[in-house]
Amino acid sequence: MTQATTEPVYKADSLIASDIDAYLEAHQHKTMLRFITCGSVDDGKSTLIGRLLYDSKQIFEDQLASLEADSKRIGTQGQDIDFALLVDGLAAEREQGITIDVAYRFFATEKRKFIVADTPGHEQYTRNMVTGASTADLAVILIDARKGVLTQTRRHSYLAHLIGIRHIVLAVNKMDLVGYDQATYDAIVADYAAFAADIGIAQFTAMPISGFRGDNITAPSPNTPWYGGPSLIAHLEQVEIDSEADAAAPFRMAVQWVNRPNLDFRGFAGLIASGAIAPGDAVRILPSGKTSTVARIVTLDGDLDRAVAGQSVTLTLTDEVDCSRGDVIAAAADPVATADQFEATIVWMDEAEMLPGRPYWMKIGTQTVSATIQQPKYQVNVNSMAQLAAKTLELNAIGVANLSVDRAIPFTPYAENRDLGGFILIDRMTNRTVGAGMIHFALRRADNIHWQAVDVSREAHAAQKGQSPKLLWFTGLSGSGKSTIANIVEKKLYALGKHSFLLDGDNVRHGLNRDLGFTDADRVENIRRVGEVAKLMTDAGLIVITAFISPFRAERDMVRAMLPAGEFVEIHVDTPLAEAEARDVKGLYAKARSGALKNFTGIDSPYEPPERAEIHIDTTRMSAEQAADIIVEHVVGVWSYDL
Amino acid sequence: MSLTHLQRLEAESIHIMREVVAEAEKPVMLYSVGKDSAVMLHLAKKAFHPAPPPFPLLHVDTTWKFQAMYALREKAAHEAGMELLVYQNPEAKARAINPFDHGPLHTDMWKTEGLKQALDLHGFDAAFGGARRDEEKSRAKERVFSFRSANHRWDPKQQRPELWRLYNARKSKGESMRVFPISNWTELDIWQYIMAERIEIVPLYFSAPRPTYEYEGGLFMADDIARLERVMGRRPEIVERWVRFRTLGCFPLTGAVESRATTLPEVIQEMLLTTTSERQGRVIDKDAGGAGMEKKKQEGYF
Repeated sequence: MTQATTEPVYKADSLIASDIDAYLEAHQHKTMLRFITCGSVDDGKSTLIGRLLYDSKQIFEDQLASLEADSKRIGTQGQDIDFALLVDGLAAEREQGITIDVAYRFFATEKRKFIVADTPGHEQYTRNMVTGASTADLAVILIDARKGVLTQTRRHSYLAHLIGIRHIVLAVNKMDLVGYDQATYDAIVADYAAFAADIGIAQFTAMPISGFRGDNITAPSPNTPWYGGPSLIAHLEQVEIDSEADAAAPFRMAVQWVNRPNLDFRGFAGLIASGAIAPGDAVRILPSGKTSTVARIVTLDGDLDRAVAGQSVTLTLTDEVDCSRGDVIAAAADPVATADQFEATIVWMDEAEMLPGRPYWMKIGTQTVSATIQQPKYQVNVNSMAQLAAKTLELNAIGVANLSVDRAIPFTPYAENRDLGGFILIDRMTNRTVGAGMIHFALRRADNIHWQAVDVSREAHAAQKGQSPKLLWFTGLSGSGKSTIANIVEKKLYALGKHSFLLDGDNVRHGLNRDLGFTDADRVENIRRVGEVAKLMTDAGLIVITAFISPFRAERDMVRAMLPAGEFVEIHVDTPLAEAEARDVKGLYAKARSGALKNFTGIDSPYEPPERAEIHIDTTRMSAEQAADIIVEHVVGVWSYDL
Repeated sequence: MSLTHLQRLEAESIHIMREVVAEAEKPVMLYSVGKDSAVMLHLAKKAFHPAPPPFPLLHVDTTWKFQAMYALREKAAHEAGMELLVYQNPEAKARAINPFDHGPLHTDMWKTEGLKQALDLHGFDAAFGGARRDEEKSRAKERVFSFRSANHRWDPKQQRPELWRLYNARKSKGESMRVFPISNWTELDIWQYIMAERIEIVPLYFSAPRPTYEYEGGLFMADDIARLERVMGRRPEIVERWVRFRTLGCFPLTGAVESRATTLPEVIQEMLLTTTSERQGRVIDKDAGGAGMEKKKQEGYF
């Protein structure tokens, strides 16, 4: 066995010393490739990355000295250098010996600068891999030559393909440990080819390597004379970069920011997602559909004659058209579509499961809209690619679902463009990025259901009854007294000649919502339905009273948003948990404490108290009768302004 | 037409800056007067042209920077048409904290505490910083939009995933974010860009005969001899040498390297042929063993 890398590789380019100007000139015209390495610690992933940094002289002597010392102290390669130590960054990870996040590494050759996304390979880190893959042009799938194609190989390949990576490199690693045996290599490649075809990977490039010994990394290895292909670096230097392919597509740019330094200048700033643009080109602005012509491409270095995908520019138009952040400027003859309902693949990234029906913020391009996701059509088992039924998506789950947004937005299918077809989902309470998605296509269904314009309007209904419609929304723990107080309020309103209707939680669950249980997902749907029913009733001019635990702020705010401002009156019936549990009118707390009742609010399911309730009822300080008086007075008081 | 790596890096940085301006309430750009800051400021001018960058520059000062840095600071801000805010931690000032008598406390009080105080004082909710992922191991995992709790702490386990070009800039009350628009640049990229764009940098990056002294095994420049003498209690032995600096900070903490590189190509040549990493001249990374910087960041150091 020959050591593939002796001295020559770890050496600076000779041009640096002899002719720095020529060297800089060459490096000024490099392109940039981003790629991801997929594999587990055992596959030698960190070792490979460490090797790439080492061979391209991205490691300085002081780092090398500490690497050598660390290798002997905590390394896994005996007295040899443990390249993995170069790239395992955070203290916790170094201790555990695994990478738990996404780290970005950099190295360069004469032709290209490379950004490597280094992500962990285990199934519990699917979200990290998807994150790293989202910006990659190429994926290196690592296989341990001694083990062949494993479940994780399939998972990594599926994810890389799912996220739209067009270039797949199958790096059969640790060839030194199988004696550089061609038959072993050929069998693995054949095995992988069959699987790749199954999941739709049309082509891939296989190569036998050793990250540890350096075989076929920077140059063809004498240990694999039977391999006629390029070294890994040579291949990385020549594959097509995605932005080059994007440049050939029609022009699209999401507007990030409107630049308006004075009354004479109005520029639209953004990064070109695809295509090219020049002054004089006709453009269409979405979603408005207005057309105009590009006047100038403005930069600090003077106006440009042309700009292409990947550049950040500022455009001015010849007409005073409305255009703001979130809009898309597109080629007039080939604009993007707009829609408000989509089918998409969703990757869930948060500890808290996805809740169908709950509104999330959705950021797509440069716009942020409110989106609700329906129950998934199916979830994908990332190991077997089997489609499974699912009611929700948990951390690291991948599924396909329909979703709707609160207005028509410009988009492209993800397969056409990542920038205008990929989105993230943000929790409205925690602001965490909880999911990511890729649009397949728009659903046309919405086009066929138009709102029926009615002649007798909601105002007419209300006027006939001599009242303003309201939704009195009681929320609080089980046993806090919501239903009791709500009943008294309705009696008092009835006595005052007001038209009202009480929707009680238990009663609704016997009919309209009898198919729903008490999981978080079902609770969300329960409240959504009640909200919709209550909204129809307020359209009829009624004062609607609801008494539901409704434990989540997000859903209460969702119902609030369904109604005109001022109609939603949130009433927090505030009873300490101990007090409610002591009352335990229905014996439910006892059941929950014994474990016989699951997902019980306050015990093993959270209650999020309102932050801006219109009325706060402290049941430890007043009777139900007094509470009802306060509520009726509040409602009647508000009426007196209206009437 | 293929974009070069510098064009793509530039486009990405500009995109990031515009996202912050579109989504943050009160952004600020931290400006340290070093070469990375110079590149960041240049990118900001490009991002918002013909408007001036719509945020101020903030220099968290230690009073121990090189005179040449103070000079360029004023000039650069003026030329960019931006407001320059300078903050010096009053407690550090009152206690006359200095690098000789107070060791690591010097950085803690002037820089870490000073930064927190300045951000709180002005109520900035987003601060651009010039950190790069290639600088140090724990930086490699830093997000572009990095969230800090109300007391400015960084929790590496609570970072938001960043996909595509989509940055989630939403935050809860009291939280703030540090944004690193040049995350994906390497030291070589920075130098190449400075050369290509003719960006003005502090002359200390180029070699010249300068008054130097040796201290605890390192070579330093006597930028203010009288002050050094006062604080050290003696006049250090001054020797004129051809030196330059690979990074710039407080002059008693920033190691000089002997060099004859007086032009950008020569500086780059030296950097490429050199055998020690950029941060080696600084003392910060080694404070707490291998995990020094990570610990500092959790405490709020930039």
